[in-house]
Amino acid sequence: MFSFEFMQNAYIAGTFIAIICGIIGVYVVGRNMSYLSHMLSEIGFSGASFGIFMGWPALNGMLLFTIISSVLIGRMSVKSSRRESAISAISSLFLGLGILFLAISDKNVSYATNILFGSVIGISRGEVWQVLILTVVALLFILVMYRPLKFDSFDHVGAEVKGIHTNFISVLFLIVLALSVSTAAQIVGSLLIFVLLTLPASAAKFVSRTVSGMILFSIVAALIGVWLGLYLGYLTNWPVSFFIAVIECIIYFLALGWQAIRN
Amino acid sequence: MTETLIAVHDVEVSFSDQHLFHNLSFDVDRKDFLSVIGQNGVGKTTLIRVLLDQLNPTKGYVKKRNGLQVGYVPQFRNIDQDYPLSIRDFVALNLQTGNFPWLSKREKDQLDRILDEAGLTDIKNTRMGRASGGQKQKAYLAQALVDDPDLLILDESTASLDNVRKYELFNLVQHFNQQHDLTVISITHDYDLMQKYSNKYLELRTDGYDSGLVKDLRQREDHVNV
Repeated sequence: MFSFEFMQNAYIAGTFIAIICGIIGVYVVGRNMSYLSHMLSEIGFSGASFGIFMGWPALNGMLLFTIISSVLIGRMSVKSSRRESAISAISSLFLGLGILFLAISDKNVSYATNILFGSVIGISRGEVWQVLILTVVALLFILVMYRPLKFDSFDHVGAEVKGIHTNFISVLFLIVLALSVSTAAQIVGSLLIFVLLTLPASAAKFVSRTVSGMILFSIVAALIGVWLGLYLGYLTNWPVSFFIAVIECIIYFLALGWQAIRN
Repeated sequence: MTETLIAVHDVEVSFSDQHLFHNLSFDVDRKDFLSVIGQNGVGKTTLIRVLLDQLNPTKGYVKKRNGLQVGYVPQFRNIDQDYPLSIRDFVALNLQTGNFPWLSKREKDQLDRILDEAGLTDIKNTRMGRASGGQKQKAYLAQALVDDPDLLILDESTASLDNVRKYELFNLVQHFNQQHDLTVISITHDYDLMQKYSNKYLELRTDGYDSGLVKDLRQREDHVNV
């Protein structure tokens, strides 16, 4: 299997993506942002089709759109009561735009399915490097901001009391989230991004009682999904995203069941 | 000699339609246990915000001792039933001085000591979401105290507790006040707590305020009762 360069690329890129999604996902879950990350993936689709329309690599369009919109959302929905409606409005707009850009660009429909559902087999060495760089940037952010980010994500009220600049952290985190979403979309596609971003971390929430433990569990869960999914995809020729989705769901439900038994 | 941590001088706060405090002045000295009492709407929470520098007074000023470290237990926290972190990890959130993700040996000792003193050692691995109301309040307290502040501000911390838990929590606060020279400001509308635990009181009213030593208040009340 590893004698094919495309499988090597897929495994390398998939490993980095699983690691970064596993880590970022824990904060997404802690900050109750699952819904927002879902929307970012829709915006990612729109950005990718915009990129294609402009004749850029899809990733660049995705980065542009997701970063701009996450900063906008961060500023708009400071009040959580307004968050859901703001997110709905923005995601509808972007989905519409995505369809428009695809329609007026001269690319065919298979491009759209690649963006939406991922095309892990089509990853080039150059894209592996992009994934690596984005992962390193996101990891550095997490490392530098670890303690205040952890405080703000798991006890927002307490962090504000402490005088931590929660708004600043929130915007920075949204940008890193946008980076991760755009990166992960390369593998699982923008529609299934939250499979890697929120399912492993949600499962981790049931199993671990510390942030570091949750991060570890979440990374392992994401890695199992990606590695096994790629292997099964290679064996069967079925879509890799399908296998990853199924594996992550199984892990999630096992964790849920485990917690139910323990209580 | 008493050391003044906070001196509030002639403070007034005005919002568009409302004036709070009328030349409010009081001192908080080291080791004081000050209860701030008053009806809803007299500005107890506003006063906290002024003390925490989150709000500038319209008139007057607040002087604080240089480098004063304040711990604060707010009235509301959003910890739901599914909240994943253990009590120990929750308390550790407030350890913010280290640069590394992991805790240093010193920080771990600090953490374990506060858990021990707060009586949380046996349940330190219990999830916050599954802890009882009294356990949660103790954890909030431990979190506020884990980095060893000079002053602790409690905002209606006993509001959700029954009588037994209420005194349990305040006995704990008293322990830190007496054994570790922690200065305490407690916002409450519980006269009983004020009388039992504090040495100073500040009663805010819509038309003014009253402040002084709790023991004088007791004498005065005894006098009235006779």
